[in-house]
Amino acid sequence: MFLTLVTFLPLVAAGILAFIPKENEETIKQTALAFAVADFLLSLQLWADFDLTTHKMQFEFNVPWIETWGINYHVGIDGISLLLYIMTTFLTAISILASWEVKKYIKEYMMAMLALGTGMLGVFVALDFFLFYFFWEFQLVPMYIIIGVWGGPRRIYAAVKFFLYTAVGSLLMLVAIIWIYFIVQDKTGVYTTDLMYITQRLDIPLSTQKWLFMAFFMAFAIKVPMFPFHTWLPDAHVEAPTAGSVILAGVLLKMGTYGFLRFNLPLFPHASNEFLPLIAALSIIGIIYGALVSMVQEDLKKLIAYSSVSHLGFVMLGIFAFNHYGLEGALLQNLNHGLSTGALFLIVGMIYDRRHTRLIKEFGGLSKQMPKYAICFMIITFSSIGLPGLNGFVGEFLVLLGIFQVNLMYAALATSGVIFAACYMLWMFQRVMFQELKNPENMKLPDLNFRELVLLVPIIVLCFWIGLYPQPVIKTFDASVAHLVDQVNPKNFAPGGAVHAELKPGHAANGKSEVKE
Amino acid sequence: MDLIPAPSIDLISLAPALVLSVFGMGVLILDLFIGKDKSILVFISLLGLFLTTVVTFAKGGLPVYSFQGSYVVDHFSIFFIFIFAISSALAIMLSVNYNRQENIKVGEYYSLILFCTVGMIILASSTDLIMIFLGIEIVSICLYILAGIRRNDARSNEAALKYFLLGAFATGFLLYGMALLYGATGSTQLMKIALALKTGKVVSKPLLLMGAVLLIIGFGFKVASVPFHMWAPDVYQGAPTPITAFMSVGPKAAVLASFFRVFVHAMPDMAESWILVLSIVAVLSMFVGNLGAIAQTNIKRLLAYSSVSHIGYILIALIAKNSLGSASLLFYLLAYAFTTFGAFAIVIILGRRGDEKLEIDSYSGLAYRHPVLALCMAIFLMSLGGLPPLAGFVGKFYIFSAAIKEGHVPLVVIAVLNTAVSFYYYLKVIVYMYMREPAGEFHPTLAPLSLLVVAIAVFGTLQLGIFPGPIISLAQQ
Repeated sequence: MFLTLVTFLPLVAAGILAFIPKENEETIKQTALAFAVADFLLSLQLWADFDLTTHKMQFEFNVPWIETWGINYHVGIDGISLLLYIMTTFLTAISILASWEVKKYIKEYMMAMLALGTGMLGVFVALDFFLFYFFWEFQLVPMYIIIGVWGGPRRIYAAVKFFLYTAVGSLLMLVAIIWIYFIVQDKTGVYTTDLMYITQRLDIPLSTQKWLFMAFFMAFAIKVPMFPFHTWLPDAHVEAPTAGSVILAGVLLKMGTYGFLRFNLPLFPHASNEFLPLIAALSIIGIIYGALVSMVQEDLKKLIAYSSVSHLGFVMLGIFAFNHYGLEGALLQNLNHGLSTGALFLIVGMIYDRRHTRLIKEFGGLSKQMPKYAICFMIITFSSIGLPGLNGFVGEFLVLLGIFQVNLMYAALATSGVIFAACYMLWMFQRVMFQELKNPENMKLPDLNFRELVLLVPIIVLCFWIGLYPQPVIKTFDASVAHLVDQVNPKNFAPGGAVHAELKPGHAANGKSEVKE
Repeated sequence: MDLIPAPSIDLISLAPALVLSVFGMGVLILDLFIGKDKSILVFISLLGLFLTTVVTFAKGGLPVYSFQGSYVVDHFSIFFIFIFAISSALAIMLSVNYNRQENIKVGEYYSLILFCTVGMIILASSTDLIMIFLGIEIVSICLYILAGIRRNDARSNEAALKYFLLGAFATGFLLYGMALLYGATGSTQLMKIALALKTGKVVSKPLLLMGAVLLIIGFGFKVASVPFHMWAPDVYQGAPTPITAFMSVGPKAAVLASFFRVFVHAMPDMAESWILVLSIVAVLSMFVGNLGAIAQTNIKRLLAYSSVSHIGYILIALIAKNSLGSASLLFYLLAYAFTTFGAFAIVIILGRRGDEKLEIDSYSGLAYRHPVLALCMAIFLMSLGGLPPLAGFVGKFYIFSAAIKEGHVPLVVIAVLNTAVSFYYYLKVIVYMYMREPAGEFHPTLAPLSLLVVAIAVFGTLQLGIFPGPIISLAQQ
C-alpha cells in the first residue's frame, strides 16, 4: 500500500495543481516541487526498509482488478527495480526544479511532469502484464505533450515520431502478452496475467519462445534504443525541453533495459540464449556507431543523444552477458547513465537558456567566463567517460568484466567504445570550455545561479559516491541479480523441461556465479 | 396436407420493440398537435427508450425463442438493445441543439430515430433470414430519410441519394444471398440452416457458397467495410452530424449482431471458407480506413474513415467465432458507442450555424481556449486509437484476445500495426488542438444536453477503461 501511495502521489499532485488558478505561477511551481521532493523522500524510505537478503518481491500489494480476466493490481519491488524507482523520483524532482524558467502554460507543464512521474514509477513496480502495459502506454501521453508543446522548432515531428515508434513496439508486445495469457491458461487452467505466477510456471517451447521474445524485444529495443531502432532518440532529445530530455535519458530509456531484465530474461531464458549473438552484435554496433556519430555532431544535445545510444549499448551488452558481473554492471550503468546524461542535459540546457543556441562552434573559452559551470561540466564529463573515482568507471568496469568472461571479441570491441567516448566528450569539452573566448556574445554570460547549483550538486555528489563507494548500491542488486543469473543459466532449462529451478543456496554471494557457455 | 400453422405470438419477447413502436407513433401523432417547439417530443422519445430498456431487462429464463424460432431474446440481444438504447438516446440529446441551430423543425426526426431503433432491435433479435431482412429494411429506410433531413442543403441531399442508391443495391445482394441460402439448405431459419450444414443435407455446395458470399457483400455494404465502403465518407460528411454519429454506432452494431448470428451461429460448419473472405475484408478495411483517414482534412470524413477501420477490427471478433468473440464484440461496440458519440458531440458543440468548424485546422489551439473540451476530445480520440486506460483499449485487448485464442496471430499483428497507423491521424487532431497557436475564435454552443452527452461519454470511456469488470461479466453471459 505504501508503494502504491508513493507511485500515485505525483498524479494526485497533478490533480491538486488543476485547482490552483493559473495566475499563481509561483504557488504552482512550489507545490509541484514540494510534492516531487516529498515523493523522493518517501521513496528513500523504501530503500531503508528494503531487505537485501532476498530476491523476492517486497512491499507487495495485490488486489483483484478485472476479476473475470484474472487481472490484478499487483505491485512490488525488488533489487532490480528499487534503485530505478528511486532514481525516477529523484529525477522528477530535479526536472521540476530545472523547469523553473518555463514561460508558457506553466500549470499544464507541471501537471504533465507529475503525471509522467506516476506513469514511469508504475512501469517499475507493475507485476501484472496488463498493469505493466497500462503504465507503459500511460507515460507516453505526458511525454508526447511535453515534447510537442514545450519543445523546439521541430517539436511536432519529434513528438509524433516518439509516440509512433514506441506505440509500434508496445503493440507487438501486447500481442505477445495475450499469447502468453492463453499459453498459461492452456498449461495451468488459470486465467491470469500475474507476472510472478507466470514466471514461475511458464514453460514454452523454444519455437514459440523465439516469437514472443522478438515481440518483447521490439518493444524494449525501441525504447532503449538499440541500433537500428534509435532514430527517434536524437529527434526527441533535440526538440524536447531540458527537463524532458533529462527524464527521457534518465528514466524512459531505462524502461527499455528494465523490460529486458524483468520480462525477456526470466520469461524466455532459452530464447534469450539463442538470441545472444544478435543482441550482442546490435549492442556493439550501437556502442561504436553511437560514439562515432557523436564525434561529428555540431549540436550539443544531439551529441549527448548519440552518446546515449553508445552508453545504452553497454548496458545491453552487460545484461546479455548473463553473469553476475555483467548484470550488476548493467544495472549500475543504468543508474550512472541516468545521472551523468541527465546532468549533461541540464548543463546544456543552462547554456542554452543563456545563449539560445547549442551549436558547439558558437562557444569556446567559457571556462574563463563561468568557472563554477566549468567545474560542474568537467566532473560530469569525466563521469560520463568513466574516469576512475567517478560512477561511470565502476559500471563500465563491471560490464567489461562480465563480457570478458563470455566472449573476448565482444569485450575488445566494447572497450573501443570507452576510448571513443573519451575522444568525443573531451573534444567537445575542449571546444566549448577551453580555447580562446572570442565570441563577444559569450563574454557577458553570467555564471551558475543558486538554483542551478542546487540542481547539479546533488548529482555530482552521487557521482562521487557511486564512484568511490559503490557497495551500498551493488548490495541492493545482489540477491535479485543472483536469482536472475540462475534463471537464464542454460543448465536450469533442459529443452522441454522445467524452466524454473529453485534458487541454489550459496549462490547469492557477491560475484561468484560461474559462467558456462 | 398441412396448413401453414399460424405462429403463436409471444408479446413479452416482442415487448421492447412494441413499446418503442408505440412511442414512435405517439411522437408522430403528438407532433401534429404541438407548435414549433419540439422539446416535448425529445422528452417523450427519451422516456420511450428508457422504458424499452426496462422491459428488456425484465425477462427471465433466457434464451427464449418465439415465433417458431425466428425471434429470440437472449443475453446477446439484450446487450445489443442496451447499446441501441444508449446510442439512440445520445443521438436524440445531441440533436436538440443541432436542430435548433440548423433549423430542422420536423417532428418526424425523433420518431424516425425511434423507428430506426425498433428496426435495430428486430435485427439483433432475429434468427430468421426473413426477419433479418425486415429489420435491415426498417433501419435503412429510416436512415435514408434522416441522412437527407436537411432538405435545403446540397450535401445532405447528395448523402441521402447516394446512401439510398447504394443501400438499395446492397439490399439486392443481401436478398439474393438469402434466397440462395434458402435454396441450398431448405430453410430461412438460422438454426435449421446450421443443422442442415452439420448433417450435410445441403442441396448444392456452390449455391451455398454463392449465398454466403452475397451475404457478406450485403452485410459488408451496411457496415461500410472495404471494398463496400465508398458511400461512407460522403454520407458521413453530408448527413446532419448527430445522425452521422448515430449511423456509425447503432445501425452498424445492429447489422453486426445479425452478421454474427448468420455466420457464427448458422454457418460454423463452413467456417474455413468464410473466415478467409472475412479476413481479407477485415484486413482491407483496416488498411483502407486508416490510410484513408491520414489524408483527410475534414473531421467528419476523418471519423468516417476511422469507422471503416474499426469495422476491420470488429470483424476480427467474428473471425474468432468463439464465445470470447461474441463477448468482445459486445464490449467493443459499447465502448465504441461512448467514444464515437463523445467525439461527435465535441464536433457539434464547436460548430455553430453557418460555421460548422469541420476542418481540422479550425481546431488549432483549442486547448488554450477551451481546455476541458480539448481534453475530452483528446480522451475520445485516444480511446478510438486504443490507448490505456480508456475503453477503446480494453475493447481492442478483448477482440485481440479472442482472435489469439483461436490462433489468428498474423491477423492480430496486422491489426496492431494498423492501430499504430491510426495513432498518427488521431494524434494529428491532438497536435492541432494542443500544439498550434489558436487560428480563429471559437464560439462553442454549450447547450446543456450536448454537454450532458459529453459527460456521459467521458464517464463511459473511463469507466469501461479503468473498471471494465462488471460490463465484461455482463458481456460474457
